[in-house]
Order: sequence, then structure tokens, then C-alpha cells
Amino acid sequence: MSTTTATPTTEKLTAKDFTSDQEVRWCPGCGDYSILKQAQTIMPELGIPKENIAFVAGIGCASRFPYYMDTYGLHSIHGRATAVASGLKVTRPELSVWVVAGDGDGLSIGGNHTIHLLRRNINVNMMLFNNEIYGLTKGQYSPASPLGKVSKSTPFGSIDYPFNPLALVLGAGGTFIARSMDRDPVHLRTILKRAHEHHGTSFVEIYQNCNVFNDGAFEVFTEKASKKEETLFIEHGKPLIFGANMDKGIKLDGFKPVVVNVADVSANDLWIHDERDEMKATLLTRFFDDPKKAGHMPRPFGIFLIQEKPTYEDAMSAQIADTIKAKGKGDLDTLLRGRETWTIN
Amino acid sequence: MTTATQESKKQVENKELKNVVILFAGDSGDGIQLTGTQFTNTSALLGNDISTFPNFPAEIRAPQGTLAGVSGFQLHFGSVNIYTAGDHSDVLVVMNAAALKANIKNLKPGGIVIANIEGFGPKNLELAKYPKGDNPLKNGSLDKFNVYEVDVTKLTRACLEGSGLGVKDIDRSKNMFVLGFLLWMYNRSMDPTLSFLKEQFKKKPELIETNTKVLKAGYNYGETTETFTTRYEVKAAPMPKGIYRSIMGNQATAIGLITAAKKAGLTLFYGTYPITPASDILHELAKHKNFDVKTFQAEDEIAAVCTAIGASFGGNLGITGSSGPGIALKAEAIGLAVMLELPLVIVNVQRGGPSTGLPTKTEQADLLQALYGRNGECPIVVVAASSPSDCFQMAYDACRISLEHMVPVMLLTDGYIANGAEPWRFPNAKDIPEIKVKFATRKNSVIENGDGKIEKFLPYLRDEKLSRPWALPGTKGMEHRIGGIEKENETGNISYDPDNHEFMVKLRQEKVDRVANYIPEQKIDNGREKGKILVLGWGSTYGSIKTAVKECIDMGIDVSHAHVKYMNPLPKNLGNILKNFDKVLMPEMNNGQFSKIIRDQFLTPTINFNKIKGIPFSAGELKAKIEELNK
Repeated sequence: MSTTTATPTTEKLTAKDFTSDQEVRWCPGCGDYSILKQAQTIMPELGIPKENIAFVAGIGCASRFPYYMDTYGLHSIHGRATAVASGLKVTRPELSVWVVAGDGDGLSIGGNHTIHLLRRNINVNMMLFNNEIYGLTKGQYSPASPLGKVSKSTPFGSIDYPFNPLALVLGAGGTFIARSMDRDPVHLRTILKRAHEHHGTSFVEIYQNCNVFNDGAFEVFTEKASKKEETLFIEHGKPLIFGANMDKGIKLDGFKPVVVNVADVSANDLWIHDERDEMKATLLTRFFDDPKKAGHMPRPFGIFLIQEKPTYEDAMSAQIADTIKAKGKGDLDTLLRGRETWTIN
Repeated sequence: MTTATQESKKQVENKELKNVVILFAGDSGDGIQLTGTQFTNTSALLGNDISTFPNFPAEIRAPQGTLAGVSGFQLHFGSVNIYTAGDHSDVLVVMNAAALKANIKNLKPGGIVIANIEGFGPKNLELAKYPKGDNPLKNGSLDKFNVYEVDVTKLTRACLEGSGLGVKDIDRSKNMFVLGFLLWMYNRSMDPTLSFLKEQFKKKPELIETNTKVLKAGYNYGETTETFTTRYEVKAAPMPKGIYRSIMGNQATAIGLITAAKKAGLTLFYGTYPITPASDILHELAKHKNFDVKTFQAEDEIAAVCTAIGASFGGNLGITGSSGPGIALKAEAIGLAVMLELPLVIVNVQRGGPSTGLPTKTEQADLLQALYGRNGECPIVVVAASSPSDCFQMAYDACRISLEHMVPVMLLTDGYIANGAEPWRFPNAKDIPEIKVKFATRKNSVIENGDGKIEKFLPYLRDEKLSRPWALPGTKGMEHRIGGIEKENETGNISYDPDNHEFMVKLRQEKVDRVANYIPEQKIDNGREKGKILVLGWGSTYGSIKTAVKECIDMGIDVSHAHVKYMNPLPKNLGNILKNFDKVLMPEMNNGQFSKIIRDQFLTPTINFNKIKGIPFSAGELKAKIEELNK
């Protein structure tokens, strides 16, 4: 989201101003609470009037989000938030439009709308709360659940392969691709702010713990004991370094990423993250191995890719302006008359 | 055949006719629709009343020369008022044997067949499944008709010899030869077609020249060939004074939607997904971007309606359009719009169902879908257009009701009127009423809380129409949330309270019911207010019923015609009208859907008369039914 059309508000707002009067009804301990808190915290910092912000959601635990934000909000139907948001943004480009979806909502029933939102590059911010499970329907596996997931609907383990969400987003032409997590508030706030700044569709996958139906799904990435070894926080212009003592780095051997000891290589040999490099972003999205697998890559968090591309709504507005320039503003009588008429006296 | 070099003027008789039905038929690649449309426009400009019925296969280019590939364009024009495309044709123009075989049964005895003989070679006869060695032009089967064999292909090729065009391109202009010839036969000017060609081929001037040449050759062929000794004249029809244009239903729908948006001062957003026969609405709207029209070709039917809902939330006139199968996919989202209580117009250009059904054929079988095809108690307003030009009025009115009542409205048209054309005495923009749209900008209630009185915006507080305030994102202080979960009355907060749910269900019904106070009363279209038989129709059967009832009244039968356009809620006086007749006959192109509604709402016995063949009623069959009831 760009801030070009925004006018700064005179009054100074706080997170409290973005908290609605509705009681939050997620399960105690749910990762959604943290995400809600971070969103409410960054809103006053975006420099846009509160009334110009709209949250749109589908169905699922995450999709209750708009009720808790004291902004304009629309809680739509399962999978369709992206489509509803598209219609809103295309007709009201000056608004800051946010989509909240879960992995079932955004990748399964609404998968089609998600890829087409990305393809069109409509300037909305999509937060995909990924908990790798269906929570609201009480515990079925999702298209993000790992193979073999034992759930209520798959008592013997799931037999279908999960999506690699960010690879999917990249394939669909996403122009802002990022990953964060509920358990790292500072990181999440930074990423959400950057998503807002991007002029085009921003897709932020947020690892979110469902402590009732899929507790610990991401604990290797979030728990102190394993986090440093298993995660790779990527930053533009900085080398890819991770590990308990930040002693491991990633180097490209041709197209093959390899893990090296930082001490063994010169700083220039390490892979320097470039947010604008689509090829490298493609490789980064493939850092998606099961953490139990030997020799796996750490899971990247941060902004994988940013691309500047005209948005759908800008192109639409331009086309309308061009047509008006060429044909003049539409005149109803001319339209009603059509090309040929005849008179009966 | 005499050559054109002969100097002597041939004797031509001029015969005046009141009305004529011409059916142009050929391969879908033969340019039949274009020939028909041009002849139609020329006749309209001459002041004839007209009605057309294009009939094409679902396949874009079905195998050439086969029965499946036959495309037709039926035109009824006259110096009298015309309400249908005609039951039977007077003239059948066929480009090949398959076109003849598919349509000959509908030609009146003594009718004229104009056959392109090149389309009757052994291969074409075989493709049309005539027995080996049998040629309908030679075997005497057409003796009761006047058959004119014309070698259109050969004459066209001769005309364009040396033009530099290839044979394939030359053959593509043979429809112009046929058109030229028919324009001669019916004493019509070539000028409208000539100006059409100039516009159509602006970027390929060489095609203007070649098509003009062939058109004139066809005309001169009539002039010089001895075979044709009669020309016909069909004078202007006695139509109300005014300025007219020709209009097709889908075009009228599109113009009606734009007009409504302008009259409401809103941006029109049309979210849609291509589907036959609704796509032409998109094509028409997409041309008019200078009216601030935003068309959005969505990834599927669901996204199409959801984007329209998003646009409505943002304060635009959100519209989606489709046909039956697409409407089925939109059902859940229409239910959402019912809960959100936002304006949404859904256009359903009905086609033969169920499932994929008969995509290019017409039917009225989506009425119950429109009324009931959603989960839960989910009432919406439903209106139906009765003719191509009526699509304008009903599209406008669908928008008016939706915007003024904050309620989804479905407009039903169908393939017959969507693709059919008729003359339209179009209105002046200034005579079309404004649509009153009010956006909420101020908090609408005061509540007590612990700290004293505070002002609040209640998104589901209602006015006398029971419609709720429309507060747009971007309006300071009016931030609110809406959604598809049952909501508490007035506050719009999520509520699972049993009493509240029942209250809200009844309230949403009452809101739709109250629309009856804002629509015109039902009129008797033709005949007495009280009597023996009432023919009660809706939608595209209007023209056929009108023609049949008119003829029956002329014969002295006590019959009246009422045509319903507001399907839900029904006009308040309809029940009383029904009581005034002994018998109520309900012709429908479905298995009796509206009849069910009438019986349900008024406990009136109805006599169903159903046709479910993908083609409209003929006036003749309706007349026969009325006569039978009159016995």
C-alpha cells in the first residue's frame, strides 16, 4: 500500500482507537491475539485516516478479525474475502484495504480468488494466517498441513501433499511476498508496515499457532531452543546467516544453495539478500523442507520479493480517463439514441 | 436466365404486403446474423415495426454444412404492429441443403425459397443427410413453394474476379449478394448497409469496396434477372410519433444499467464471468468507460458477484450478470448481500436448463431459482423484462429498487429477448427520474453507557422502507462492521439469540414485501377488466400472448391479457384482478413455475400451458389454446 492519497490525521491515534467494542472470542492462547495486537499497533503509524481503512475477511477463526478492528469491516463468506476486497479496492482506490484469511479460506475454498488477486496486482494487503489446520470446523487437515497429518478427517494421516504457499504466490505473480509469525511481534509489525507501503498486492504468510487443534505446528521456528537453527531471517542487502551463534551462512553454488560455516568463507561469498531478485526469491521459497529431514534448509522469514508493477485499479482508472479524453464524458442522450434513428411523424 | 446486357426493361409487378417473415439460414460461418441484422436495421429505418429472433448453434463453428451447424435469423417486419418474430416464415433464404432441411417445415405453403445452389452439391446433400442421389431442389418435395435457385457463390466470385482477394475471402462476402438481392425484392435502400460497411471496415478500405460491389451486384441481379417479376412493398407501420432506434435486449439492459447509475450519481461496477447468453451485456458496458463504467471480468461467477458486493460496500452501484448456471454459483453470495442489506443487482439472462442445458436456447425456468434458490429464508426482489426494449425499463427499475431499498434485486430476461431486436422509442434523459441515494454521514442514535450519553452509529437502524443506512468507508466517525452472521437488530452485532433471529428473518421478508408500495399496480394489457379468460404471462412471452389475445378479441372471444413484470413482491392489486376472471391461463416456457406462485399466493386455480422446447411460443399455438378454453 502506498500512502500517496492519504492525508495525515491531525489527532494522534493509538492502538486503542483501533479496538472495537466487541469482545474477542478466540480460544485463550490462540496466536490470533498477537496478530490482532500487532495490527492495531501499527495502524496509527500508517499515517492514514482511520476511516480510510477497511478490513475484509471470509470465514474461519481468523476471519472474525474485522469485528475486532474499529475500522470499516466486512465479514463475508468462505474463501471470498479476496474477491470482495478486489471489488472494493478497484472502485475505491484511495482506501487502505486489508484481507484476513486462514489457510483453508485463502488456499483451499478461496484458492482461485487468491491467485487471481495476485495476478491482477490489486493494491490490497493480504494476511494469510497459516495454522495448517481447520480450526473453526474443529480440526480437519488443511491444504497447508504436512503429508501424513493425523486429524479428525484423516485418522490414518493425510495422503495429499500440502501447498508451498509462498511458491504458489510467486507463481501467481505476487509482487510483495513475505513470511512472519505470531510469536515475533516486532518482526510481524515491521513486515505489516512494509506490506502497507507496497503499491500492489502484498501477501504476508503468518505462521499462527492453533493451540487447540494443532498446537506446536511451528514450534521449531518459534521456541528458543530451536528457533535460531531452524529459521533464517532475511533482510535486504544483508547476507543469509543463521544458527545458534549466527555462525552459519548460505552460499550459492551455481543454482544450488549450500550451508557453510561463516568462518570458512569471506563475507562476499555469502548469498546477499536482494528483495528485487525474482530468481533468488524463487530459490528462497523452496526452502520448505520438513525440519525433521536431514540436511534441510532453515525456513526463511522476512520479505522474499518486492516488484514494482502497475496495479489493476491504476490501469482501470487510466483507461477510463483515456476514454473520457478521447470520447468526452459520457452523454446519456447520445447513449440512448445509439447510432441510427428514424422519426415517425 | 437472361443476361444483364439486354436493354429491354423487364416487367416488374409491385405488390404491397402488410407483414413479412424472412428466415435467413446457413452455416454459422455464412454471415447469416449480419445479413439479418442489416436487413432489420434497414427495415426499421424505413418505419416498419419489427421483431427478430436470432437462432444459432452453441458451437462457434460447428462442422460446415451439417444440420448441427445451421444458424438462423428470423425477421418479422410489417406496416402493422408486430409483437413476435413470427410463427412461420414467408421467405426462406438458405445457403445450403442443411439449412433447408432444418427450416422448411416452418415455411408457409406458397412461401418463397431462395436457395444458393452451390450449397446443394453432392457433399452438402450428404452432410444434410439426404438419401444418396436425392436433391430436394429436384425431387418435387418443394412443389408447394416458389423456389428460386441462385448460384450465389458463382455470381459473387464473378463479381470480384480480379479484385486481388483470395477465393476464401471472396466467398465470405456472398452474404452481401443475398442481402442486396433481398433489399431489391423488398424495395429497400442500400444506403444504411453502405454506411455500415464504411464504418465496419474503416481499417480495411479494400473490404468496403469489395463488399459494396457484391451488395450492388445482388441488387442489380434482382433488377435484371427475368426470373424475378415481383417486388414487394411493406410500408411504414402506424407507430406512435417520435424518434426510434432499433434495440436488442442485452443492449437495452446495459443502457438501462448505465442510465440508472447516472441517475443515481454513482459509479457502475459490473463484475461478471463470460456466459451465453449474458456476455453481450459485458461487451456493451465495456464500450462505455467514458460513463465511468467499471467492468471486471472475474475469474469465476463467485468472484463476479463478490466483487460487485465489495463495490457496493464502497458506495457504488454493484451489479453482476450471468445465466442460470452462473446464478447457481452466485447463490451463497446473494445470500450474503441479503444479510449485508447492500444494493446489488443480479441480471439473469435465462437459457434452457438444467445444468448446461441448452446454452443458446431460451427458457423461463429460473423463476423459482430466483425466488428461492438460496439457503435459509432469503428473500430478494425479482423483476422480469417482457421485450427487448423493456429490458431498459426493468434494468433501470431493478437498480432503483435496489438502491432505494438497500436490497438485492434480480432482473430476469432470457435468450429470446436478449438477442431479439425491436424498434424503441427511446426516452429523453431529462425525463427519466433521478434515483435517490442517501449516504449516512452522521451518527444516528444516542446510547447510555457508564460514562453518560454517547452518540453511536447503528448500521441496522431502519427507515419507513425498513432499509438501513448506507455509510461508506472513508466517512469519518462511521466505522462499522457488517457480515453474513445473523446480526442483532439495529446494532448489527453478531447475535445467536433465538428471538432475534426469528425477528430478523421476518423483518428481512417484510422489507422485501414493502417494495410492493413502490412499484406500479398491475395493468390489463389488452381486453376487459373482468371476463371469461385471463391470459396471465410474464417475461418474454409478452409478444406471442399479445398477438394471440389480440386476434382472439378480434374474433369476439372474451379474453384479456395481463403481463406481470414485478415477480416479487407481486403488484398489490394482482389478486383482485385474478378474481375478475372465470379462467386464468398461464403460458410459460417452463414446467409451470409462475403458476405455482400464483396458486400459492392467491389460492387461484390456474390452467398451465407449458412449452419447454428452447423456442418461444408461437402466437398460433396460444391462439388455439385460448379457442379451446373458450369452447
